[in-house]
Amino acid sequence: MSKYFREISVTIALGLVLLGLAWFAPAFFQGQPLLSLVTREAPTLVVMCGMALVIICREIDISVGSLFSVCSVCAGLLAEQGWPLALVVPAAVLIGASLGAFNGVLVAGLRLPSIVVTLATMVTLRQGLNLARQGLFVTLPEGVQWFGLSQAAGQWTLVGAALVLLVIFGLAMRYLAAGRWVYAVGTDAEAARLAGIRPQWVTFFVFVLMGALTGLASSMNLVQSPQVQPLTGAGLELKVIAAVVVGGVAISGGRGNVWGAFAGMLLLACIAPALTHLHIEAYWEKAIQGAIILLAVVADGLSSRRQKN
Amino acid sequence: MPSGQPTQTPLLTLRSAAKNFGGVRALRGVDFELQAGEVHALLGENGAGKSTLIKLITGAHQPDAGQIILKGRTLDGLTPSLAQQLGVACIYQQPALFPDLTVAENIGLRLEPVKAWRRIDWRSRYTRAATLLQRVGAFLPADAEVRSLSMPEQQLVEIACAVGSGASIIVMDEPTASLTGREQERLFKVVREMRAVGVGVIYISHRLEEIFALADRVTVLRDGESIGTHDVSDIDEAGLIKLMVGREVSQLYPPAESVPGETVLSLRDVGCAESGVKGVSFEVRAGEIFGLAGLVGAGRTELARVLFGLTPVDHGEILLNGKRITPQSPQEAVAAGIAYVPEDRRRHGVVLEMRIAHNITMAVHRRLFPGSWLRFGAESALALDYIRDLAVKCAGPLARGGSLSGGNQQKVSLARWLATKPRLLILDEPTQGVDVGAKSEIHKIIRQLAKEGLAVIMISSDLPEVLGMSDRIGVMRGGSLTAILPGHSDSHRVMSAALGQSENKGAA
Repeated sequence: MSKYFREISVTIALGLVLLGLAWFAPAFFQGQPLLSLVTREAPTLVVMCGMALVIICREIDISVGSLFSVCSVCAGLLAEQGWPLALVVPAAVLIGASLGAFNGVLVAGLRLPSIVVTLATMVTLRQGLNLARQGLFVTLPEGVQWFGLSQAAGQWTLVGAALVLLVIFGLAMRYLAAGRWVYAVGTDAEAARLAGIRPQWVTFFVFVLMGALTGLASSMNLVQSPQVQPLTGAGLELKVIAAVVVGGVAISGGRGNVWGAFAGMLLLACIAPALTHLHIEAYWEKAIQGAIILLAVVADGLSSRRQKN
Repeated sequence: MPSGQPTQTPLLTLRSAAKNFGGVRALRGVDFELQAGEVHALLGENGAGKSTLIKLITGAHQPDAGQIILKGRTLDGLTPSLAQQLGVACIYQQPALFPDLTVAENIGLRLEPVKAWRRIDWRSRYTRAATLLQRVGAFLPADAEVRSLSMPEQQLVEIACAVGSGASIIVMDEPTASLTGREQERLFKVVREMRAVGVGVIYISHRLEEIFALADRVTVLRDGESIGTHDVSDIDEAGLIKLMVGREVSQLYPPAESVPGETVLSLRDVGCAESGVKGVSFEVRAGEIFGLAGLVGAGRTELARVLFGLTPVDHGEILLNGKRITPQSPQEAVAAGIAYVPEDRRRHGVVLEMRIAHNITMAVHRRLFPGSWLRFGAESALALDYIRDLAVKCAGPLARGGSLSGGNQQKVSLARWLATKPRLLILDEPTQGVDVGAKSEIHKIIRQLAKEGLAVIMISSDLPEVLGMSDRIGVMRGGSLTAILPGHSDSHRVMSAALGQSENKGAA
């Protein structure tokens, strides 16, 4: 069986869903609604790239949702203060990176399990934000939405930026020595250490990157609406982890790539609009997504068992 | 027969018991007999078959041939639970207790009937634990958490379990390995008391003095065969060592061709508190193979890990090419010119999920990929060079590490480290678990590397290998170097030094 069996099968599944939509609901492919749908997913794609790295490195980060909210609100407040977007975006990235670094220090430096560390930061950041904002929305000044461009231009900019990042990460993981290190650490950290790679630094930087990407994604979300609500990132972590796992990244680390994760994300994102267009009740969305995730995990389990035999 | 014992039906008899693992003949035909009320020592080098023999007795493995007779019953399919029912108990070197439960709970888990819905009678659980602890002379509170106990105290809990189960055959696998002198005395007292009430004890130890202090009889194993059983009063230490090693080094090893050049590595009083290495001094020259012999746990791997910066040196000096180095991490050791091929290649060597080429280049990313872009052409070329030079049998550089046989995995592991262009190569058990053909290929490769001017330290528990391959042999015991012997020394001298006998030459 091909090494890329999982990636290929997800892509085929995505193709089938799109084909089915083209047949039964051609309205799905109308330009403007489709562009809006894709634009809404652009920040998710950016966070997903980071999550793919984290999981390949045999860690997990469930604090990205809270982190996303914190970055969004901070960026929104800065914009409210009259900061230009050219400064707001780097500021959001920086805030994200430092929160990611905090996770990284605890996970890589103190060798604490990432699921517990990020669970703690997830809850702390979320509750801290609730306390500080009391549910208040931030109203953004004129000229922030769509970078002050037309809506279509703004949307294309966001989608383009997200796709460029995807390509960069896809290539870097394959062609950069640093990418190889992430795989090596995720497969066998002790062997990597003996080979002169520093697993703790690799893990730390992966978490910093995760934070920075989340910060960037939050500013990509910011420009899509006139207001920022403090719970904007709730549930994001599950969405990206699901996309990554469906896309063939092994939750046990060391296997998978961002291309597969991208296909997984599109597949999951298609379900809701597809149901709408097919006039099926929207309640089915979560059930179908859950079934897809289950299928992916079962496929991984079976293939890893076959490898062992 | 031990003095004073009337001849009676033995508790346990093994008749020409044999066991193979794959192609490896772990036991070739062992005869062994245990009487009630005797302490019977089992002695042999690493790999002589002691552990396998114990696993047959405890029912963990079934023999391929031969008979096991327990208390007069000839048993065909002995299982661990049946062995327990028949009164066999085994105390391993590492106690298998639950650290978060109390002593009484641990004892209860072993001795009380296993029924999911049974109500636990806490009072009787505690009284029984207290009684048993008292019987084995352990002054421990029954409600102490096992985590808080020292290793010897945990061993005493194990013994209490064995006594409480009414075991009549108790196997003790190197029980004194982690004990101090006084704790050892206390343990001996318990063993003697068990003997007095008719329990048969099988006692495994590398410490000859213990065998003379405690045992009635001793059986020596060598290469999976029982060489002989003797009353302890009829034999001396020299005689035992002779029985243990008694074989010629075969002529299978490639001859030394290189003339050692300048000194590459010199250690002066090197120690590391964390890993228990103490006061090690020796030199290795270019083109020389320095064998490190010793028993398992003698500190050889620990010394290698000190040199490789995994547990950094905290005492003495390491000089590489005359320059003092204090490697704090593998990167620093590699940069200084040291390479370490670790012992357990499946866990720390070849990454089975990764491709062969990626495995080979894993330690040379910075040199091979300046500017950090991977260069697949250069990577393949390097991998192909080593696949050819070391004759790795594989489908190609892009095949997975897991698709290779043990010997070829070892070659890939070696290739990774040769790619770093080291001056000093440390090999830890280079031929462990490798078949005979690949073994001699690896020996030729090691010889060739030495001939090309590499300084080689070869750690090996395979005594013939150390004797046949080494130009000089360092022997370690308890974290220290106890002797440096010339290559092709007789095995008797190496074994004496490894066991801590008086013949030590002193480290040079």
